[in-house]
Amino acid sequence: MIPDDIRAVAIATLKSIAPEIEADELRGDRPLRNQVDLDSMDWLNFLLGLNRKLKVEIPEADYAKLVTMDDVVSYLGRKLGG
Amino acid sequence: MIEFKLPSLGADMDEGTLLEWKVKPGDVVKKGQVIAVVDTAKAAVDVECWQEGTVHELVAEIGQKMPVGTVMATLLEAGEKAAPAAAPQAVLPGMEPVGTVGRRMISPAARKHAEEKGVDIDKLVGTGPHGAVTLADVDKAAAAAGAAPAVTAPAAPAADKAVEMRKAIAAAMARSKREIPHYYVGEDIPLAKALAWLQAENARRPMAERLLPAALLLKAVALALKRYPELNGYFREGSFVSVERVNLGVAVSLRQGGLIAPALLGADSKPLTRLMQELTDLVARTRAGSLRSSEMSEATITVTNLGDQGTQSVFGVIYPPQVALVGFGRVIERPWAEAGGLKVLPVVTASLSADHRVSDGHRGALFLREVADLLQRPEELDI
Repeated sequence: MIPDDIRAVAIATLKSIAPEIEADELRGDRPLRNQVDLDSMDWLNFLLGLNRKLKVEIPEADYAKLVTMDDVVSYLGRKLGG
Repeated sequence: MIEFKLPSLGADMDEGTLLEWKVKPGDVVKKGQVIAVVDTAKAAVDVECWQEGTVHELVAEIGQKMPVGTVMATLLEAGEKAAPAAAPQAVLPGMEPVGTVGRRMISPAARKHAEEKGVDIDKLVGTGPHGAVTLADVDKAAAAAGAAPAVTAPAAPAADKAVEMRKAIAAAMARSKREIPHYYVGEDIPLAKALAWLQAENARRPMAERLLPAALLLKAVALALKRYPELNGYFREGSFVSVERVNLGVAVSLRQGGLIAPALLGADSKPLTRLMQELTDLVARTRAGSLRSSEMSEATITVTNLGDQGTQSVFGVIYPPQVALVGFGRVIERPWAEAGGLKVLPVVTASLSADHRVSDGHRGALFLREVADLLQRPEELDI
């Protein structure tokens, strides 16, 4: 799976939780939770949504590595063997 | 005959609008069954019926706005027969005669519905009182003619809803501040043990079953309340009534603005995994606008948790007729002095806003200490 496809899945997952977001306005290199109002339950659901769609297990110990959308995409890319 | 009345779904609800009936005359209703969907200032709510019987008449019409306490439907108790038709002059409020022959009646809403469906009301057999044609009769006829979408009324547009919700919150909070003599106490609670336990627990769980710190905080509050029953219940008509079951109202902020605090029912008796599942489900349904009436009306205390994006502390306004509210701020690493030494620990500030008519600051402080103590023994919360 190429990074653009992973990003598209991640943004679709995010939009299912925060429908108000404008994907074009999201900066990939900025902390996601500074750009989108996500509480801890939303964040858990976001990661769970990625887990379900991409069949990638994300240990809780790795949550701290996932700060920006770019982090999420590269992390998932590595997990998917890309 | 059982009269099913529009229940109050919280201190901020004076009226509701019927959006949909989930039953029709002749249906057997079981205890706890959702029989209608009612739009309130805050949300569309699935209204449950807590009595058993057979639906006799659906009195309220789709789209009808009515005050709390209005008879919405009548149900026959087990073994009860419908009363014989009354004298023809007993015209029901809101009903109008149809034509001049036979004194058949139909409500304006049912007439409009029939027109929309293209149903000839003169050919209908009315099953309401005095042979009145009901919405269900129209639906039945429309279904027989091959066109029977569910009868629903549209909920208020989003902008109106936001204004209505703000008014409802304002009314309830103004009433709270007017009537309830609040007192406030706060406590910093170290969470190192609780979070270490949570981390170990989550490491062995699949993603879908992982716990958030909120589950531990809620359970600690629920268990502590068992020892401080004066904080769990309602103040009504000049006196306090304690409730044995702990139904935690969980303040949920809505993405479009506003706040709803539906109840996590029986939180004191649920293991953490189940509590977390129910919390996840409750938050999702709150945001999706799919709550049940018991969840809207049966909270015995409210907990507001600012989570990891909030401020350090929160001192809330009690939601009447409840008598207490517990607030949790953001978990923050802070310097912590203990046994002559200094270390850095994750700490949360817990607060209690409580009703001075029912309890005093001393008991309130002891309650928060109990919450703090329980959080130092996290494994004991999972019962």
